[in-house]
Amino acid sequence: MIGIFYLLVFPGFLFLSAFGLAAEFLDRKLYARLQNRIGPPWFQPLADFIKLASKEEIIPDEANPTIFKLMPVLAITATVTSFFYIPSWSQKALFSFSGDLIVVLYLLTIPTLSFFLGGWYSTSLYSKIGAVRALTQLFAYEVPLLMSLLAPALLADTWSLSEMAVFYSVHPWYLLFNLLGFAISMIALLGKLEKVPFDIPEAETEIVAGTFTEYSGRLLGLFRLGIDIEAVVGASLLAAIYMPFGLGIGPVLGFPLFLLKVTAIIAMLSLSRTIFARLRIDQMVRFCWKYLAPLAFLQLLISLTMKGFLVR
Amino acid sequence: MIRPGKMLKQVLNSIFKRPATTKYPLVKKAMPDRFRGKILFHPELCTGCKLCMRDCPSNAITITKVGDKKFQCEIDLGKCIYCAQCVDSCMKKALEATKEYELAVLNKDKLKVKYDAETGEISTG
Amino acid sequence: MHKVVIPIGPQHPALKEPESFSVTLSGERIMKFSARLGYNHRGIEKACEERTYIQDVYLTERICGICSHAHSTCFVQAVEELASLDVPKRALYIRTVVSELERIHSHLLWLGVAGHEVGFDTLLMYSWRDREAVMDILAMLTGNRVNYGINTIGGVRRDISTDQAKQILKAMDTLEERTKYYIQIATQESTLIQRLSGVGVLSHKDALKLGAVGPTGRASGVDRDVRRDDPYAAYGELDFKVITDNHNDVYGRTLVRMGELLEAYKIIRQALEKMPEGPITIKAPRKIPAGEAISRYEAPRGEDVHYVKSNGTEKPERVKVRAPTLANIQTVAKMLEDRQLADLPIVIAAIDPCFSCTDRMTSIKRAGEKRKVLAWEDLRAYSIKWYCEHGIDFTMLNRKMARKF
Repeated sequence: MIGIFYLLVFPGFLFLSAFGLAAEFLDRKLYARLQNRIGPPWFQPLADFIKLASKEEIIPDEANPTIFKLMPVLAITATVTSFFYIPSWSQKALFSFSGDLIVVLYLLTIPTLSFFLGGWYSTSLYSKIGAVRALTQLFAYEVPLLMSLLAPALLADTWSLSEMAVFYSVHPWYLLFNLLGFAISMIALLGKLEKVPFDIPEAETEIVAGTFTEYSGRLLGLFRLGIDIEAVVGASLLAAIYMPFGLGIGPVLGFPLFLLKVTAIIAMLSLSRTIFARLRIDQMVRFCWKYLAPLAFLQLLISLTMKGFLVR
Repeated sequence: MIRPGKMLKQVLNSIFKRPATTKYPLVKKAMPDRFRGKILFHPELCTGCKLCMRDCPSNAITITKVGDKKFQCEIDLGKCIYCAQCVDSCMKKALEATKEYELAVLNKDKLKVKYDAETGEISTG
Repeated sequence: MHKVVIPIGPQHPALKEPESFSVTLSGERIMKFSARLGYNHRGIEKACEERTYIQDVYLTERICGICSHAHSTCFVQAVEELASLDVPKRALYIRTVVSELERIHSHLLWLGVAGHEVGFDTLLMYSWRDREAVMDILAMLTGNRVNYGINTIGGVRRDISTDQAKQILKAMDTLEERTKYYIQIATQESTLIQRLSGVGVLSHKDALKLGAVGPTGRASGVDRDVRRDDPYAAYGELDFKVITDNHNDVYGRTLVRMGELLEAYKIIRQALEKMPEGPITIKAPRKIPAGEAISRYEAPRGEDVHYVKSNGTEKPERVKVRAPTLANIQTVAKMLEDRQLADLPIVIAAIDPCFSCTDRMTSIKRAGEKRKVLAWEDLRAYSIKWYCEHGIDFTMLNRKMARKF
C-alpha cells in the first residue's frame, strides 16, 4: 500500500511531474530574462500540458500505432523509476542495493531509445532523420558521461549510490578530486537532455521537429513531460554524485537543500542554452571524442591514483 | 580571442536591466505625430472634386453628394492601405490622418465607416 | 546508402517565405538540390498596368516588406526619367537617408535570422531589440514602420526637420556601438564561427558565371555596387566605401553585411550634414510621355532593376521587375554540392532570400508557337494528366478523400 503511494504520489509520478513543470518554468523564465525579455508566467508549462492534452491525436496511416502510443509512456516510466534509487534529501535512497548506480545509468538511456523508436516508427522523413541523429548523438556523449559518473564511485570503492553518499559524508574533502568530472558530466548532460549546443535531434530549423514531428495531442504532452522529468532526474543524479554535502541533516532541512541544488544545476543548463549556437552532428561527435573522452579518462586516472594514496 | 560563450557578460547583465518587451495590451505604445492611422473626414471643407477617389490605390474612399454643397464620405477600412495619398491629394485639407490603429473588428460589415454630411459623425455597418 | 528525397518547403520552419526545394539525401549528405519558384506570385506586374502612375507607387512599394523603399524608388526614378523631371536636390538627399535607414534595418534583421537558423536565439533577440531603434526613427520620419510611402512622382512627401535630424544622429551613435559589439561576437564566438565558416562556398569564378549580386557576390570578391558604378539619388556626391571580402563563404557574407552597416552610418551622417535647403517636390504631369526607361537600385539584397514602358496615357504599358534574389537563387545549388543537411538553412538564409520580390512571370515564346487560353476545368485535367505521366497518381488519394467526406 505504501508502495503505491511512493510510486504515484511522492516521490513518484505526481511529485516529479510538478517538479518537472516547475523546472521548465524556471528554465524558460531565466532564458527570457537573459535575453532582456519578460518571459512566460508561472503557470505556462501547466497550461501548455493541459492544452496539448485536450487536442486531437493524429496517428499517421503508415505508422505502427502500438509503438507510437507506447513510447511516451516508456520514457516517463524509465525516468520515474530511476529516481527511486537516487539519494536526494537523505543519505539512503528509497530503495538501494549494491550496483544501483549502473541500473540508474541504464534506465536513463531508455528515454533516448524511446526517441529513436518513436521517430523511426513514425515513418515520416523528418522523424527518421531525427531518430538517426538521436542515436548518433548517443554514441558521442555516452562514453564521457559514463566514465565521469563512475569515477567518484571508484574513489568510494562501491557501486551503490547510497553507500557513495555515506562515504562522501564521512570524507567531505574528497569532493575536490571530482571537480573535473563535474564539468565533463555537465557538458555531457547537455547532450543527453538535447539542449543547445547539442539539440541536434530536434533542430527546429532543419528537420521541423525531428522525432516529435508526427506526435500531437496527449502523446506530445506526455513526451514533453517526460523530457522535463528527465531534466530533473539528471540534475538530481549529478547533485547526488558531485554535491553530496548536507545529506545527513534530516528531512526537514534536507528537502529545501535538495531543491536548491537541482535549481542551481538547471540554472547552469539554461545559461549554456543562451550563450551557444547549435553544432552540427559531425562537429559534435568530433568534439566529444577528441576533447571530452580523454578528459573523462584523465578523471578516471585521478580517481584511481587518489584511491591508491588515500584509502589505505 | 576566439572562445565559446563570448556573450556571457552581456547576457548576465541583462538580468539587472529592465526588459525590452512590454505587456501589451495592458501597456500601449504612443505613436509618433506623422503616423498614418484611420482617416478622418471634415465635411464642411469638402468641395466634391473627387481627386481623393481618383488617386486612392485601392478604391477605398467614396464621396457622394447628398445636397447642395453637402458631401458624405464612406471609407472601407478593410480596403484602405493607410498610405494617406488622399490626405495629400485633397486641396482643401478636408481629410486628416489620425493616430488610431486598433481597428480590428469581428464583423466585416463594421469596417465600412460612413461620415455624415452635416455633422461628420461616424456610423458603421 | 539508401537515397531519400525530402521536401524543404513550401512550408518549413527554415523558410520565412514559401518556396519549394527538393533535396536528395544519402544519410546526411546532399546529393542533389533543385528549386521550384512561384509560390508568392501575385500578378503585380499585370496589376501595375491597370492603375495610374501615382497608384503604382504604392503598389510597387508592397512587392516586398523589407525592401519596400527600394522598389518604390526604383519605379519612381524610371518614371521621372520618362517625364524628364528635374527632382529637387533636397528630395534626393531625403531619399538617400531613407534608403540607408532601410539598409540598416534589413541587415540587422538578417543578422537575427542567421542566428536563429543556427540555433543561436540570443543573437536574434538582441539584434532585433536594437533594430527597434531604426524602426522608431522610420516611424517618426515617414509615418509607418514598413511600407514608408515617402516617395511621390517628382520628389518626396515629407520633410526632415532639424529636431528629427538630431534624433537620427543620436540613434546612429547608439547603433554604431551595438554594431561593433556584433562584429566582435561574429568574429570571436567559436560555436558561431564553426557553423558559419567553410559553409556555402562560392568561388570567385562561379560567382561571376552564375551572376551573383549584392553581398552574396561581394563576399566572393565580385566588386560591383550600383551606388558607385551608376550613381542615383544623392550617392554621386557622398563618400563611401564598397565592402568586399575574400572568404567566399557565409562568414564572409556576414562580414560584408556588418561592414555595410558601418558604412551606412557614415553615409547618413554625411547626407544630413550636406542636405541643401529647398523644395521637396516638383509638380509632375498625370500623363507621362511615351518611351521606355530602365532604372537600377542597390537594394539591401543586391541589384534591383525596373523597366517601365509608357505610351502617353495615365497608366503604364508594361512594368517589369528583376529582383536581386532571382539572380542569387541560382548560386544555392552550387553552394550545397556535397554538403550536409544541417548546412542547408544557413546557406539559404545567407543569400538573404526574399521570395516576394522574386516571383514574377517570365513568358518564353518559342518560334512558331501560338498562345493558348485554358479554362479552369481544362487546366485541372491537364495537370492530372501531367502528374500521371510523371508517375504520380492521384486516383487513390481522391478515392480516400471522397470516402472520408
